[in-house]
Amino acid sequence: MPETSEHAGGPASDHPTISRDEVAHLADLARIDLSEAELDHLAPQLNVILESIASIQGVASADVPPTSHPLPLTNVYRDDVERPGLTAAEALSGAPEEEQQRFKVPRILGYDQ
Amino acid sequence: MTATLLSYDDVLAQFDPALGLEVHVELNTATKMFCGCPTVFGAEPNTQTCPTCLGLPGSMPVVNAKAVESAIRIGLALNCQIAEWCRFARKNYFYPDMPKNFQTSQYDEPIAFDGYTEVEVDGELYRVGIERAHMEEDTGKSTHIGTTGRIHGADYSLVDYNRAGIPLIEIVTKPVLGTGAKAPEVARAYVAQLRELLLGLGVSDVRMEQGSLRCDVNLSLAPKGADRLGIRTETKNVNSLRSVERATRYEMQRHAAVLAEGGKVLQETRHWHEDTGITTSGREKSDAEDYRYFPEPDLVPVAPSRDWVEQLRAELPEPPHEKRARLQAEWGFSDLEMRDTAGAGALGLVAETIAAGASPQTARKWWLGELARRANESEIDLGSLGVAPADVARVQSLVDEGTLNDKLARQVFDGLLDGEGTPDEIVAARGLAIVSDEGALSAAVDHAIAAHPDVADKIRDGKVAAAGALIGAVMKEMRGQADANRVRELILEKLG
Repeated sequence: MPETSEHAGGPASDHPTISRDEVAHLADLARIDLSEAELDHLAPQLNVILESIASIQGVASADVPPTSHPLPLTNVYRDDVERPGLTAAEALSGAPEEEQQRFKVPRILGYDQ
Repeated sequence: MTATLLSYDDVLAQFDPALGLEVHVELNTATKMFCGCPTVFGAEPNTQTCPTCLGLPGSMPVVNAKAVESAIRIGLALNCQIAEWCRFARKNYFYPDMPKNFQTSQYDEPIAFDGYTEVEVDGELYRVGIERAHMEEDTGKSTHIGTTGRIHGADYSLVDYNRAGIPLIEIVTKPVLGTGAKAPEVARAYVAQLRELLLGLGVSDVRMEQGSLRCDVNLSLAPKGADRLGIRTETKNVNSLRSVERATRYEMQRHAAVLAEGGKVLQETRHWHEDTGITTSGREKSDAEDYRYFPEPDLVPVAPSRDWVEQLRAELPEPPHEKRARLQAEWGFSDLEMRDTAGAGALGLVAETIAAGASPQTARKWWLGELARRANESEIDLGSLGVAPADVARVQSLVDEGTLNDKLARQVFDGLLDGEGTPDEIVAARGLAIVSDEGALSAAVDHAIAAHPDVADKIRDGKVAAAGALIGAVMKEMRGQADANRVRELILEKLG
């Protein structure tokens, strides 16, 4: 079913696959520290999920757009009117650390590419 | 870390520049894009937040109608198509300036797209294509703590989320080609015109120094006559009109030096340093920049009705170029005067000064003369000087009344720049008013005549031009606080 292939985001194929390297890259982007063993374990599992999605896409014809919103609503707005928010103390109450009324976070570029 | 630069003439002899400008505009809505938190600049840290903009579990965003309206008006003013249906998207990344770990933006469905605007440089019109204008939210503000004070080498960072969620419109141009030597000036003129347009729409404060208008400059060079674009760099943090021009020129010269040696320009983000006038390498653009965009499930699509769009179009203010033509006729400026005024980003300032009572020529004289000189000295834009158009008009009216002469007026500007109060307060506090005490003036003239008998003789013999030397002496004794014309009259009366 070639018309479904674009939804899988990969090259035309009846069986979209995700490689172990791609799983490692995704984990990296999501800051999930996966061990080699976990990668071996998870990559095939993700492939099973992709195959399941592929079979659902096989049912949908080309004129069915991908669903991002389950309800047919548009244009839900609010007026530009101020509403009460949190005090600084409330805002910071969940912060592991604070300093100068700001959220204190670890150095940012430790992860710099 | 200073890069090798090729001379500007050599750059132009060998290469054609391609420009691309990305401008982020903070809207001046009362509340944030997706929640009702206020948007006041300079508030105490973390006093303008709520569960939504802090990304707390269970909170739900709702779109600010006013922000959508402003986005559409900006799109229309830039001759864009307005999407009939578009969605927000999550731009996922890990950086603590957004507590949600994503920024709500738009991806492949911008609210406005495919427009253009025309800018004028030295009498020539350049058409700048607009790729898109999309809605998104601003991020929090990080302060890096450590020995360097910068992100590199910081020990830790402190984050204030007051700014997180303020509505932003990102306006992206298509590649601007064919500008040649004028590329830096076209870049500046585009941003200046965009600022003027946004000011006219009333949708943003457009204060570059406060970050409500921020500019990234994309630049690439291709060998002359080549039919493809070169590798581009994206220079961030270019936050004054003057810097837009300087950063463009710098990158042209830096790219050219790399290419002329047979090297390859690295596709990367670069940081502009206002103080040293150079760019330095930021992060490399690579597959690391994978934001995994997907449609925002918590916000329903925006589908502006055509009736609304047409109504907003009908209510748009006069476009900048038409406004400029009208003002030029009203003010009686020559083409050159008008061009200089627009080029200095002073159209609005001059207009406000005239509205406050000054004549067009005096308004232009102060802004493009004395005040432009001071802005250049401080390397800031005219609008950031801190001198209000009403103050300039008042200084001129003091000159017209004979209270000040131009030299004293300049001292009033010193006072205004030092924040000493209103022009009248400064005149009083500094004792600047012209001395109209005829007795004191007459005595000073007598002293000057006595001190320069040879000059006095020449004037008695009819050489009136020699009076200049005596006027100078009198002005010196009066510490500048005299009306030079009156002094001349007195000298000629006494020696006539």
